[in-house]
Amino acid sequence: MSEAILEVRDLVKQYPATTAVDGVSFAVPAGTCFGLLGPNGAGKTTTIEIMEGILPPTSGQVLYRGASLGTRFKEEAGILFQKTALQDFLTVRQSIALFRGLYARGLPVEEVIRLCALEKLADRDSRKLSGGQQQRLLLAIALVNDPAILFLDEPTTGLDPQARRSFWELVQSIKARRKTIILTTHYMEEAELLCDEIAIMDRGRLLARGAPAQLLREHFAEVMLELPRQDLPPAARELNLNLIEGPERIEISTHDLEATLRQLLGAQVPLTHLRIRPANLEDLFLELTGSELRP
Amino acid sequence: MIQRLLAILHARNLEFLRDRGTLLFTTLLPVLVVVGMGFVFGGPERPLFKVGVVSAQLDKAADPFFGERYVEFVAEPDRDTGTQKLTHQQIDLLMQPGQPPQYWVNTDSPKGYIAEKLLLAAHADAQRQTVSGKAVRYVDWLFPGILGMNMMFSCLFGVGYVVVRYRKSGFLKRLHATPLSAFEFLSAQVLSRLLLILFVTVVLYVGISLIIGFHSAGNYLLLVLVAVLAALSMIALGLTIAARFSSEELVGGILNLLTWPMMLLSGIWFSLEGSPRWVQWIAHLFPLTHALDAARAVMLDGAGLTAIAPHLVYLAATALGFLAFGAWSFRWRID
Repeated sequence: MSEAILEVRDLVKQYPATTAVDGVSFAVPAGTCFGLLGPNGAGKTTTIEIMEGILPPTSGQVLYRGASLGTRFKEEAGILFQKTALQDFLTVRQSIALFRGLYARGLPVEEVIRLCALEKLADRDSRKLSGGQQQRLLLAIALVNDPAILFLDEPTTGLDPQARRSFWELVQSIKARRKTIILTTHYMEEAELLCDEIAIMDRGRLLARGAPAQLLREHFAEVMLELPRQDLPPAARELNLNLIEGPERIEISTHDLEATLRQLLGAQVPLTHLRIRPANLEDLFLELTGSELRP
Repeated sequence: MIQRLLAILHARNLEFLRDRGTLLFTTLLPVLVVVGMGFVFGGPERPLFKVGVVSAQLDKAADPFFGERYVEFVAEPDRDTGTQKLTHQQIDLLMQPGQPPQYWVNTDSPKGYIAEKLLLAAHADAQRQTVSGKAVRYVDWLFPGILGMNMMFSCLFGVGYVVVRYRKSGFLKRLHATPLSAFEFLSAQVLSRLLLILFVTVVLYVGISLIIGFHSAGNYLLLVLVAVLAALSMIALGLTIAARFSSEELVGGILNLLTWPMMLLSGIWFSLEGSPRWVQWIAHLFPLTHALDAARAVMLDGAGLTAIAPHLVYLAATALGFLAFGAWSFRWRID
């Protein structure tokens, strides 16, 4: 694995009433996509904003190419915040040109427009874009300095499925240019598709870190069985099964599928609506954070 | 640095020019001021001459001279008040009825010369005394005040609200993620507003001068210098207020708190001569007071650079001081 381009050491961020980030450390290898996952309020945005140099940490360090964040980092980082307003009354092209003017080096404005498929919108007022178009513009602005490292803070939250997929394709094309990407997201599908490595965070702490497949192997040797709640009679609850209760469905995780199925049949549980699937990142997330995803 | 500053400046200018409502208001206001001045100081034909008569009450029948057409006669309570007004050419001639009548004429006043002829036609034996002094009409004196007041509002509110809006919307936070420094950002805002204010002030100056028939006694380049430094100082003051707050209501309140004393105490409407020392001391803290003192000295007395240098130094120093303080206390994001 290549050398770390960004390193976070013992990061702590305290507010008067709460500790948002509580001793977080990790390193991001150059050229990879690193995903920071966690429920709302887990400390993802605070962590990423400290990494971006926007928020000062209470203690701890962020190192870019081995040095503290400084002018070089600002010149080489591209950032897409969760929420960003642009200057009023500017077209898409002018908004991109404004940000291009703030960097010493970067891509030509027209190339960025092409890269983010904004050609047909270039002369439109930036306030008159749909959610997906707006995110593509913000991504274009984040790319305007041809960054070595790109931060995407929940970039597809609120987008419709089609806009989300087209955004993913864009991110994959950027990944193909060997850029380092740091992504926070609620969407496990997004993390599985884009990230080489993920870290799951809750209550300001890192709970697990690694490649998605490796994490699943480490945490789940079992498969998941799903049943509607009403199909599980009270007697079946006495069976010493590993139950995860949802509002409508009950999940059973097991190492021994055949034995569990035999137990369920023995308890006369109807299996017509039974679903069997391997564990995914969402299961891992729920197991680690103990909470439902709150997108 | 220059490249970044120009990028922000260009974008801000575009934003301003495309914001039709604000643009209309900003250009309409000077036009309204000019029209208002025209209405107040233009209007129907007025008497050609104004003669003061030292008398408690004016009895038109007392003297055939009081029947002259195109001459307005006004009673002056005493001789001193009358001669003072004559010195400033607020009246063209002062007369004290008697046998023979006495009169005072301002030797610098062309209208006084004609009014004297009219009086001598009626009273050949009238006794002549003279005063001298250049004409300073109230409207001439008020003129720099109107320009300064317009400038003050545009400087303080124009930049204050824009920066708070940028901060509230998160645009400033996005800019903070770029290599742009607070000083560069603030300088671009100052320059953008400065260009606008200079343009508006020149339009106002030309328009009002034409209406009231004003000619500056001093150098126009010096006046431009006063305007530039005054605008810089007041824009920087506005930025200092907007440097860290995120509420338009709060910033609006603070700006009002600043503009009202400046409106009353900077000498826009009346001179502060004769007011208590502490009032004058406070007034001289305001950049607008220095701007108006300097502008009046140039426009009315033809003062040169040396005479107004202390005012210019004060304006330049406060501009730099406010800008430095603004950059130091600047917040990119809502805390």
